[in-house]
Amino acid sequence: MRKSITLYGMTFSLPMAIWQVMFFLAPLVFLIALSFWSVKNFRMEPDFNPDNWTRVLGRAVFWQAYLRTVILSAVAAMVASVLAFPCSYGIAFKLSPTARRWAIFMMVIPFFTSYLVRVYSWQIFLSDNGIINAALARVGLGPFPMLNSDFGVMVGYLTLCFPLVVLLQLFSLIFVDRTLIEAAHNLQCGRLRTVFEVVMPSAKVGLVIAALFCFILTFGDFVSPLYLGGGDPPTLSILITDTTKSGQQWPRAAVIALTMIATLLCVAFAAVSYAYRERGR
Amino acid sequence: MSPHNRNQWIDWGLKLYILLSFAFIFAPIAASFVFSLNVDRFPSMPLGGFSTIWYEAVYADPLVWEGLRNTLVTGVVVSLTATAIGFGAAYTDFRYRFFGKPVYLALALLPPTIPVVILGLAMLAFLANIRLSGEIYSVIIAHVVMCAPFAMAIIRLRLSQMDPSLEAAAWNLGASEWMAMRHVIVPFCRPAIFAALFITMAVSFDEFAVAWFVSGLHETLPVKVLGFLQGQVSPRINVIGTFVFLVSMTLVVLAQLLLMKRSAAPKAAGKVE
Repeated sequence: MRKSITLYGMTFSLPMAIWQVMFFLAPLVFLIALSFWSVKNFRMEPDFNPDNWTRVLGRAVFWQAYLRTVILSAVAAMVASVLAFPCSYGIAFKLSPTARRWAIFMMVIPFFTSYLVRVYSWQIFLSDNGIINAALARVGLGPFPMLNSDFGVMVGYLTLCFPLVVLLQLFSLIFVDRTLIEAAHNLQCGRLRTVFEVVMPSAKVGLVIAALFCFILTFGDFVSPLYLGGGDPPTLSILITDTTKSGQQWPRAAVIALTMIATLLCVAFAAVSYAYRERGR
Repeated sequence: MSPHNRNQWIDWGLKLYILLSFAFIFAPIAASFVFSLNVDRFPSMPLGGFSTIWYEAVYADPLVWEGLRNTLVTGVVVSLTATAIGFGAAYTDFRYRFFGKPVYLALALLPPTIPVVILGLAMLAFLANIRLSGEIYSVIIAHVVMCAPFAMAIIRLRLSQMDPSLEAAAWNLGASEWMAMRHVIVPFCRPAIFAALFITMAVSFDEFAVAWFVSGLHETLPVKVLGFLQGQVSPRINVIGTFVFLVSMTLVVLAQLLLMKRSAAPKAAGKVE
């Protein structure tokens, strides 16, 4: 490996560095500055004013939204992990290699379909005279209100995260040492106990990372809480879109965004250190 | 697992569960396709008659065409730029070791982990401050930030299958660095480069949140869909959704075929003539 800086090397390495510093890092740093700007007569002015922070953090509405968002995302991470596990476990251990490859391919497809269209489609399923309630009415049940509720939000969140959680779980389950499982069976360890005490600890990193990604994705999503959950009470992401689009209160939106980033960093740090912690035995 | 430990019931139960999972994933996609061909404005069971009126309505809507044009321009420019930048970064990671490389890689790979609302707000505020917001190129700038990491990851994976001494061998045989790049590295990466072009285009094609923040009046098609979603019920969303699905799937399948060809003949492609 040559160490000197050459024109050749720069040609390939600099574009990414320049682009991401200019248009990724700079906007995020600018967000910090913006949160201290002041708004006078509907115009933003550069300033060093902690007013936005005290205003936003002093309001009960903000903390209600904060709590609601954290709880919704935490529940989504748990529900998605629990529901995805039998699926990824089945794909990893019960399918032939060919079927497994197809299953993985099918799991990738949703990433390239419009999330908006799928959410709209769920409205067709979940509304009071939608597909599900029509089917239930035929057997004399319902109608159950499912749209504009936390249940609707969860369906949307699962639409967003479920395939990713399955894939991330799957990639760690595939690499679980099969001889460990066989050893457990030979030692008369029951099926469920093998899953809980052999498979899950071996795949711990992937399982935790999958839940973490689900938390991050749902934490920033404003589509499901708005169009399947009704948007009231709002989540943090809805607060940001409302505050941004309804005028010049961008500095306050910046405060909300920075609070979200801080929260995500804490959660990510906690999750990663938990994932890589040695089992204390 | 050894055969005597297999329980048929559990196996079939799990397989059924996998099928149910796929049903959950594909139900909304299938429903949007079915209802795009349904005559009724308000979706309900049983289905009304078969009809293509909603396709005609979308076809006749100049706003949709404008959105489509913006989406296509953005998608093409973004995929070319993001793939070029991503290729450079992947090659840098493959070949060089330098001080601050972890920071470089973090900058290159982190954007997809930042929630899109936050990214959108930051981009809008920043671009507005330097008078670059509300234009098509604002969307392009933002989408390159979001897509370049994907291009880099795809091409980096391909490079990791290459023997690093191949490049050194070309130098020893008298090739300059540029010639080795042209005759060894680029041909070896070609399938991954095309895959990256298609994938980044598909990502840009579907992205609505950041585009919604920065596009101003130059809305892309997904941003228009977001607008429809805020308005009244309209099967037009299903029509556009079906169209976008078909285009994205074509791109993804093309990318997948290119990557499969890679794994079928990994050695042959690396040969230097």
